[in-house]
Amino acid sequence: MSVRYSLLAILDSGPRHGYGLKSEFDAATGNVWPLNVGQVYSTLSRLERDGLVLSDEDGDGQKIYRISDDGRRELQRWYEIPVEREVVPRQELAIKLVFAMRSSPERVREVVQQQRKATMASLQEFTRLKAAADEDGDLAWLMMLDALIFQADAEGRWLELCEARMADADPRSGEPSPPDRDHSAEAVRQAVRER
Amino acid sequence: MAILNLERVGHQYGSPPRHVVALDDVSLRVESGELLAIMGPSGSGKSTLLHVAGGLERPTSGRIALSGHDLGSLSQAELSLVLRRRVGFVFQHVSLLASLTAAENVSLPLELDGIRPRSAMKSARELLSTLGLDEVADRLPGQMSGGQQQRVAIARALIGGRSLLLADEPTGSLDSLSGEAVMRLLRGQCDGGSAVVLVTHDSRHAAWADRVVYLRDGRLVDELGPPAGPESVLRRERV
Repeated sequence: MSVRYSLLAILDSGPRHGYGLKSEFDAATGNVWPLNVGQVYSTLSRLERDGLVLSDEDGDGQKIYRISDDGRRELQRWYEIPVEREVVPRQELAIKLVFAMRSSPERVREVVQQQRKATMASLQEFTRLKAAADEDGDLAWLMMLDALIFQADAEGRWLELCEARMADADPRSGEPSPPDRDHSAEAVRQAVRER
Repeated sequence: MAILNLERVGHQYGSPPRHVVALDDVSLRVESGELLAIMGPSGSGKSTLLHVAGGLERPTSGRIALSGHDLGSLSQAELSLVLRRRVGFVFQHVSLLASLTAAENVSLPLELDGIRPRSAMKSARELLSTLGLDEVADRLPGQMSGGQQQRVAIARALIGGRSLLLADEPTGSLDSLSGEAVMRLLRGQCDGGSAVVLVTHDSRHAAWADRVVYLRDGRLVDELGPPAGPESVLRRERV
């Protein structure tokens, strides 16, 4: 994970205590991936071992960390090299769908519909945060939210396509249950006339 | 009272047996202050629903009320008046008049409604200013970006205090950032008490809505309510 580089990036703007690094990371990323303190200190000690970070003691005997020149070079490399995409990220949803497919078409539809709602609910949530965020012009936070929104959007589109494929494979499957629709439309007109 | 109320609305094109059912038993209420998104695959009846709701087409069956006025019981002249005063339309392809400035485009509906040009222009400028569009007020459409044009078109749809905006894919031909600006504007209008019905196939834009309904084969098949309470999945703590 990028904890290592995130800590270097924070230290690049000035020395910090271990706990300060944690809270700054959490705040900058909107608590989406909260770090535990243990993780911060174990990463710091590896960074220190590798000579990328140096530490001093402050007046209260607390360790304060700063980035070294090697650390700055390492950070620079991180920015320069594109992030490697996991070729096949393990997606619980895709796996669930594969097994639902082996079970029954109804189950697939059930999974798709439930998930589509959940995905839209997340999208609404992220969008509300975005709507509230703009005023203070925190671009980094907006871009983070955009990333979450586009990921959720991609999942939604994929689910939509799954649904369309299902309907395409079985022409009746997409229909909202067939007592013949003309008939029900006629019933509505009848009701209106009666009123 | 709901700004828009559809009760068991059906609409079909052609007559049996060669007819197409575009809407089938659709009931829907839109309250003031609400942004409602309608989603669904192509041909599911989204645009028909918008046309019927805005009185552009009369439904084959069912009842539609705008702020309590039953559209079916109005004469053509009364219907035109109610629609002109209360409903604004926005479409994917912006149809601003190319030879008029933004402010002139926005003031036009008022002038057509008998308001003096000077007073209409004053209202148009005020509205553009409220919507953060002062800088384009004196520009011709050709001198604006697509997103700015669409926002001016929304201003034109809102002028005169129209309280219901029906928007058919208003972000369809815009890039992501311009689309977001349009959605912010629509969201702001709803927060100010208007109501917007938005047809879109883009979940990112539907996500600005309070409520999302899904249409398929002319029927409402699913609905997603307003986002859950204030507990956010993400909590922001400021540095």
